[in-house]
Amino acid sequence: MTAIASTPIPAGSTWAVDAVHSTVGFAVKHMVVATFRGQFDRYDATLTAAEDGTLRLTGSVAADSIAVKDENLAAHLSAPDFFDTERFPAITFNSTLVRAENNELIVDGELTLKGTTRPIEARGTITEPAVTFGDVEKIGIELEAIVDRTEYGLSWNAPLPKGGFALANDVKLIVNLELARA
Amino acid sequence: MKVIGLSGSLRAGSHNAKLLRAAGDLLPPEADLTLYEGLKSIPPFDEDDEHTRPESVQALFDAIARADAVLLATPEYNHSIPGQLKNALDWLSRPLAESPLRNKPAAVVGTSTGLFGAVWAQAEARKVLSAIGARVIDRELPIGLADDAFGEHGGLADEDQALALAGILAELAGEVRPMPVPAAA
Repeated sequence: MTAIASTPIPAGSTWAVDAVHSTVGFAVKHMVVATFRGQFDRYDATLTAAEDGTLRLTGSVAADSIAVKDENLAAHLSAPDFFDTERFPAITFNSTLVRAENNELIVDGELTLKGTTRPIEARGTITEPAVTFGDVEKIGIELEAIVDRTEYGLSWNAPLPKGGFALANDVKLIVNLELARA
Repeated sequence: MKVIGLSGSLRAGSHNAKLLRAAGDLLPPEADLTLYEGLKSIPPFDEDDEHTRPESVQALFDAIARADAVLLATPEYNHSIPGQLKNALDWLSRPLAESPLRNKPAAVVGTSTGLFGAVWAQAEARKVLSAIGARVIDRELPIGLADDAFGEHGGLADEDQALALAGILAELAGEVRPMPVPAAA
């Protein structure tokens, strides 16, 4: 059985993100003890199913649309210490293999962040299409992936007084997408 | 390339001002370095005043905004940067998203009359500039024994130190040149 055949997406279809009802964010350990979350307000994502059923997921995020609860923190996150949005305005993702195994959606792809492209693996779920208002078909995709931010040059940190660092290197990327059939 | 030189030392015979002048002499003809003279007139930073910047503070904002790059030369007091320099940087950081130092290429050098050449102060200055969002060159130039460090024409007497300073300026110029940017989202 090919894994692709087990996803519920009809062949020859294209699905565009409903950005109002989706979220693209991240979570990272802060001060060792807590989890800090942030999100991006501007992004795009498309899922396509080729005629042979092969799925492809692509997305891009406007790096300077980062939304956190403090304006000075947002400014620091977009500075060269972190995302350097002046030079690297876009974060992009292109899948290389989308498959389902044991009711889990697995998306391999390449994430380009701050000018560095690296392979990542995201895992999550994909729903069957549902008919919504106005006969619009929608699907939901939820994915998580863990990346080491320092591999992308986001290496700011600060040592804590008795050991350890303010910010973990591993960051969980969390994507919850509502997509409408185009 | 227009470089603004900020000396953390205010006194007339400042070795760090000398270091900035020496840097200016190493720049290619198409670049120039202007030593900022108004640091002493910056009042203490007060959050109550940050929305009505005093004239001297606005002048510093404008001078940095006009420059393509910042070269900061700092002495060292108690293993850190002088208070008036930190005070000026604090002013420049408010509000952070509008700081003229944001994304501005910046390098830090320093000299002191002791052996260590303000090396800790330079690290502190780089940390503060990075926190403000400047594009900070990750290099240092600790010039110790400042009383004997400069030749009769004002340049660094030691050839290796002069080469290192030229290297930092070249790296700074490299940061000023626009880089190709990937397609926007």
